Amino acid sequence: MSDLAALLPAPDAVRPRASTATRVMRGGQWLALLALGLALLLPMGTLLSRAFGNAAGEFVWFANFAAYVTTPSLLAAAWNSVWTAALTTALVIPLAFFYAYALTRSRIPAKGAFRAAMLIPILAPSLLPALALITLFGNQGLLKGALLGYPLYGPVGIIMAQVFACFPHAAIILAVALGTADGRLYEAAAALKASAFRTFLTVTLPQARYGLISAAIVVFTLVMTDFGVPKVIGGQFPVLATDVYKQVVGQLDFNMGAVVGIVLLLPAVIAFLIDRWAQRQREATMSGRAVVYAPKPNLVRDWLCLLHCLAVAGVLLGLTGVAAWGSLITFWPYNLTLTLANYDFANFDPAGWGAVWTSVRLATLVAVIGAPAIFTIAWLLERGPKGGPVPGLLRLAATVPLAIPGLVLGLAYILFFNHPANPLNFFYGGLVILVVNCLTHFYTVGHLTAVTAIRQLDPEFEAVGASLRVPVLVTFARVTVPICLPAILDIAVYLFVNAMTTVSAVIFLYGPDTKLASIAVVHMDEAGQVSAAAAMACTILAITAAVKLVQVLAGGLVDRSTQAWRQR
Amino acid sequence: MRSGTVVAADGAAARQAEAPYLVVRQVAKSFGTFAALHRVSLAIDPGEFVAFLGPSGCGKTTLLRAIAGLDPPSSGTITQAGRDITALPPEQRDFGIVFQSYALFPNLTVARNIAYGLRGRAWPRDRAKERVAELLVTVGLPEQADKYPAQLSGGQQQRVALARALANEPGLLLLDEPLSALDAIVRVYLRQELRSLQRRLGVTTIMVTHDQEEAMSVSDRIVVMSQGRIEQIGTPEEVYRRPTSPFVAGFVGRSSHFNAKVDTPAGMLVTRDGLRIEARGIERLLYGQPVEVFVRPEDVRIGPEASVTPRHLEGQVVHVEFMGALARISLEVGRLRLDSDVPAGMLGALGAFVGAALPVALPPESLMIFPTDV
Repeated sequence: MSDLAALLPAPDAVRPRASTATRVMRGGQWLALLALGLALLLPMGTLLSRAFGNAAGEFVWFANFAAYVTTPSLLAAAWNSVWTAALTTALVIPLAFFYAYALTRSRIPAKGAFRAAMLIPILAPSLLPALALITLFGNQGLLKGALLGYPLYGPVGIIMAQVFACFPHAAIILAVALGTADGRLYEAAAALKASAFRTFLTVTLPQARYGLISAAIVVFTLVMTDFGVPKVIGGQFPVLATDVYKQVVGQLDFNMGAVVGIVLLLPAVIAFLIDRWAQRQREATMSGRAVVYAPKPNLVRDWLCLLHCLAVAGVLLGLTGVAAWGSLITFWPYNLTLTLANYDFANFDPAGWGAVWTSVRLATLVAVIGAPAIFTIAWLLERGPKGGPVPGLLRLAATVPLAIPGLVLGLAYILFFNHPANPLNFFYGGLVILVVNCLTHFYTVGHLTAVTAIRQLDPEFEAVGASLRVPVLVTFARVTVPICLPAILDIAVYLFVNAMTTVSAVIFLYGPDTKLASIAVVHMDEAGQVSAAAAMACTILAITAAVKLVQVLAGGLVDRSTQAWRQR
Repeated sequence: MRSGTVVAADGAAARQAEAPYLVVRQVAKSFGTFAALHRVSLAIDPGEFVAFLGPSGCGKTTLLRAIAGLDPPSSGTITQAGRDITALPPEQRDFGIVFQSYALFPNLTVARNIAYGLRGRAWPRDRAKERVAELLVTVGLPEQADKYPAQLSGGQQQRVALARALANEPGLLLLDEPLSALDAIVRVYLRQELRSLQRRLGVTTIMVTHDQEEAMSVSDRIVVMSQGRIEQIGTPEEVYRRPTSPFVAGFVGRSSHFNAKVDTPAGMLVTRDGLRIEARGIERLLYGQPVEVFVRPEDVRIGPEASVTPRHLEGQVVHVEFMGALARISLEVGRLRLDSDVPAGMLGALGAFVGAALPVALPPESLMIFPTDV
């Protein structure tokens, strides 16, 4: 009968009438694309145009880049950035790998405590380890001799502080990579009588290889683009990040600043692309039917793992403790009596405690606006109409921020908003520009968290809702959001913590009335008030740690009210 | 609960005499250059239970989703109760759907899941509550109202999904592989439940399945599909006994199959080995026409029963599969391979052990013959 049908004239194409749901979600996608486009494209476009222009605003092709390549001091900074980042990566990855290995593949006690200790550097501004290192190994440090005459200020200090600051980022990625082990592969290896070492080489390492690539790339990019650490502990050692700052703030050469910014963008973009590739490979290696691997006791391995964890956690806690102790000392190193005077910030910086409240306000706004917005947009993208160019562009706009270093985005923002002809000029120096910049800069991680959470939901929820004639927004509010509340909370806390601790994303953008706590740390350190700077860094850590703690406690409450269904 | 059921059943009876309830005309669907459906047409009567049967990728789910409006067709028309619904979004149509995963809302209790669509002016709170209680009784879960889906067994979840789909009293019930996530015993039990519930409510129902046994056991009519086309529409018996294409003969039920050519005198086939086989209904085929021949294992006669037939063959037993009440004996007759089902208790009497030679007969009226293109 189908053959007969083929002889009939072709019926007219169907033009489906869009449902209310489709129209609502399509509109949402447009809005989201518009907002992200404004927050990303215009500033980055301005940055590019400045890199190819001169001070008078004329287009000069590659003249700025030519000037850059022929300035030896600038090239030296680029090389310095690369080798310090590479060396830091080489140091962090083995440390983090065995720490993650101990957490996932051994039977050491107190894994929860070790996991918590591992997260400390994330909660603290990256300046905190730098300040602790100055207290210990600085010109007047207690253990100065331990550096064998090498000065702390320079590559040594940068690398030491970066190892501390980057450790958790690598350890988290590797713990996930090692945590998804398929127990059946280990049983197969055991059945084939492979030795423990051979099993490690042929099963464990290959499973973790994409995790290793991801972790290495994340660490390399973090070090390349971090501004705070080299600023505080780098001394006269020039790197790309401090160069951008010097060109823009020191010499007011916006065009050269833009050029250095683009140079800084390149490795980050390449790293981003490699990481995306590695992520895809890693997803493909995980099978839905994997059996969870449960390690068997092994005395030698477990003791080695425990010692390694104790050592690493000891250093992480120790450096934090040193910073806290340094913040309580009257006058380093001559008067070691403890005092709270360093916390009287008004004596060191005109903004005083106001900087802390500004930071808290910024972080709260970013979290409260960001978490719902990021989650909703991720949902529009995952569950909304797929046709047309909008979804693809939106997905791109949501992932690109990860590839843009905070310093470069901040520079783009200042160039864009500070332009006298920009009608949005009045934002400059206010809190709004800081909020928008932080939201854009930290967008991608929140987006990926939301996407992961939404993809775990049954794909037919919206279809069921539509068949029952329930508006799609009702299904979103009654089903999707309640189920994903823990993920939304995660996003909010992630945004809060990062907005509190970041320096590079905001160094160009704060104004006289919006000085932030992390900026105050840099300024107090510049003024030689290391103890006060440490006190401010510790204050930031105390606030982020408190918020994290509240999340854990509130998480329990939220679980009881919205996640009761998870209990069987 | 009584009243609701009776009203629905009356409604179905009233519609019975009228025109088809759902008409699909020349519906095609393509994704890019890939055609998932090639101008498919069918009509479904009110109150009928129809199964879309086919292997995965045959377009049965695509057709179901086109009828639901979840993925509208590229061309063609679909009318439901006389209304053209081709271009309408799902919320403007009249159907309930049960997905393979059930898609129960995990954070809502059973009662709230069922009540999910009972909102707005048509369903005041009290009325909705009554309706939920009524549905819980209908699907046999009156005690489970306050549990969460994760606390129920797979079969119970399936019934909740069914109750939720039926809550609004839809005119059309769509089931997308509703039983395939369950284990074999529950599946057989639930499909009879499903069938009797559908009979009681009189709701027109379409079920997508790849399980031919399931399709035959529950449906009034089966739509067999392959590669985006409808191969045959018919009652389970028609589809099984009188398949209209080699695909249907091979896909629905078990069968042995071989190639042959039309020979002389009229009514004879010859295989490539030169075996001559008598057949019916091939008088109109020309001499030398190649054909494909299918025969069901229950029709293949062996042993004494075969030896009395004039034109029987000699076969050698290559395999015996014990299946409980029946046993399936595989025989080789030259290059022909034939399966024959016999009562398991007869194996000894027949002497059917591997390696044994047995007489085999193919009753002419039971051969299913399809001319093949040269």
